[in-house]
Amino acid sequence: MKVHEYQAKQIFDQAGIPVPLGDVATSPMEAFEITERLNKPVMVKAQVHVGGRGKAGGVKYAENAEAAKILAHKILGMDIKGLTVKKVLVTEAVEIISEAYVGIILDRATQKPVIMVSSAGGMDIEEVAAKTPEKIHKLYVDPVVGLQEYQARNLAYKLFREISQVRKTADIIMKLYDIFWKVDSSLVEINPLISTPGGDVLAIDAKLNIDGNGLFRHKDIAAMRDLDAEDPAEVKAREADLSYVKLDGNIGCIVNGAGLAMTTMDLVKHYGGEPANFLDIGGSSNPEKVLTAMQIVLSDPNVRAILINIFGGITRCDDVAHGIVAAFKEYNPSVPVVVRLTGTNEDEAHRILSSYKLPTADTLDGAVKKAISLSGIE
Amino acid sequence: MSIFINKKTKLIVQGITGRDGSFHAKQMKKYGTDVVGGVTPGKGNSKVAGIPVFNTMEEAVAKTKANTSVIYVPPAFATDAIFEAAAAGIKLIVCVTEGVPANDMMKAVPYVKAQGARLIGPNCPGLISPDQSKVGILPGTIVKKGNVGVISRSGTLTYEAIWALTLAGLGQSTCIGIGGDQVIGTNFIDCLEAFENDPATKAIVMIGEIGGSDEEVAAQFIKKHVTKPVVSFIAGRTAPPGKRMGHAGAIISGGSGTAEDKIKALNKVGVPVAASPLELPVLLKELLKASKKAPAKKKAVKKPVKKEVKETVKKAKKTVAKKTVTKKKTTTSKKKK
Repeated sequence: MKVHEYQAKQIFDQAGIPVPLGDVATSPMEAFEITERLNKPVMVKAQVHVGGRGKAGGVKYAENAEAAKILAHKILGMDIKGLTVKKVLVTEAVEIISEAYVGIILDRATQKPVIMVSSAGGMDIEEVAAKTPEKIHKLYVDPVVGLQEYQARNLAYKLFREISQVRKTADIIMKLYDIFWKVDSSLVEINPLISTPGGDVLAIDAKLNIDGNGLFRHKDIAAMRDLDAEDPAEVKAREADLSYVKLDGNIGCIVNGAGLAMTTMDLVKHYGGEPANFLDIGGSSNPEKVLTAMQIVLSDPNVRAILINIFGGITRCDDVAHGIVAAFKEYNPSVPVVVRLTGTNEDEAHRILSSYKLPTADTLDGAVKKAISLSGIE
Repeated sequence: MSIFINKKTKLIVQGITGRDGSFHAKQMKKYGTDVVGGVTPGKGNSKVAGIPVFNTMEEAVAKTKANTSVIYVPPAFATDAIFEAAAAGIKLIVCVTEGVPANDMMKAVPYVKAQGARLIGPNCPGLISPDQSKVGILPGTIVKKGNVGVISRSGTLTYEAIWALTLAGLGQSTCIGIGGDQVIGTNFIDCLEAFENDPATKAIVMIGEIGGSDEEVAAQFIKKHVTKPVVSFIAGRTAPPGKRMGHAGAIISGGSGTAEDKIKALNKVGVPVAASPLELPVLLKELLKASKKAPAKKKAVKKPVKKEVKETVKKAKKTVAKKTVTKKKTTTSKKKK
């Protein structure tokens, strides 16, 4: 789960990481008021979950409250890479002497958190990694032992020479590492970490991604989710404990198991069709889930055929069949629904569905081909 | 023969009194697994389907001499269950639970290793050695005893592949689901190494998916240390970048972890990748026929020695990391309707 810059900065601030003063505004008037309160020039920054906000014109300097109001009016409602700006962060503009990058990410290959710092801050870190990898310094931290102060200091020395700035930076790195563990983060970044003429070190931008599996123990952070930035169908699916990703095609898929759901999508493409979505109803046979799944897939206007692919190990095919019957009664789909039910209680399942005379197939490949041909798309 | 589990497996079911725990404990016992006990704090001195329940792993292991445990405990408590099992001396811990925070696993995995134990999972269906033992939720009705080893990151996709093999007459030695999360206890190489050393396994099927670089690193390992024929299937060719596709570990980030990269890496070392799970037995039969005609293609390859394996893996990870860093970033904009 992603949080916005202003939310990440709140978390940083609570942890003692220096961030510029600021507040979030949802209207030009609010931007005006915040700037008046701060009584200094500000940056008006679009709060959307994409990179490249600056290049898209979503980050602007405002000399005073009136300018902030005008800029907020311009930026709010702007479309940046497909997302509409609904909030802006109005934050004091800070004079910048140097820019650095500090980030912590879970490294899958080593199964450790890796801290990366670079004096090439304020740039796309992946570009830096591609063009000048020698500018990035990495430290793999032993997750059991934790980050030692001397390690944070060594990293800070890659960014600054002056001891007070080194100490400030090391402190920020230690606190960032704490945040990484405390909130079940998968990625946390400060880009750029800047130094001011006065020698202060602050986080001018903040990025924080939370492991979805950790949200159950961070209700306050889970509440920070920006539902406006998400596809409503994906939101509905998550609430029903289904995994759903909308795609652009017209063959709707309902499958039990993530790997099998991906495979089903892949095979649709392989046999000449276009998958409309990824949908995993998970391991439970609960007919309610099948009902919700049907509703979600049918709500996609692009769908011209639906393929239900169930390989029942623990999932009982007859339970799924009950769910399909309920879905037919409730939604009366006008598109062809191809059903492939293999495994536990498959005979009972076919008996339950017999009166609906649905197109069926024994194999996954057969079911996919049938769905494509019935969808009427060449 | 088999890998990791066999007739000598003595199993404790952690979370045995829960809905999933009790159901699967009965299923495993029915299959013939030696389920010697279960643990649910507070439910000690009771029984589930005749299986004695204990309050703690320490007590359970002392009373039953169990060597294996399987975990059906909700995500909030699963990590604790792993630690408890390892501390109690369990040598093989299988965690079925989906939803365990990755950061917890970064601590649990090294701990289990330090106790000299093996963790499989989390978020996995477990493993099964036909006619010997079943630890987890893999259905016993789809497997058939034979000599093909199956390793997979998935659940039901694994069943699909196993069923395809069974229908084609290619029975299995051991089928193991390593799990769909980013941080797991046992990876492809661990299983490949075990299958290479298992006399009962004559060929290997590897089922991967998008996310991470485990398949690429495994490809390098296969090149240097695996003489037995390997075929593969990779799920997620049509997955969009940046989206978690169900499994926590199934995500393409920053352009890396794509199905294309994995397929390329495997093809490069001579591992054919099927277009569909149904094609796996076809590819396998072709490879087995070819290998019968020609003797083992890597005559010079010795059985992998721990130090050599470590070196190969280290080198492979470096190569993969270098490739990842120089990869062009794929920029996609999500069009909102």
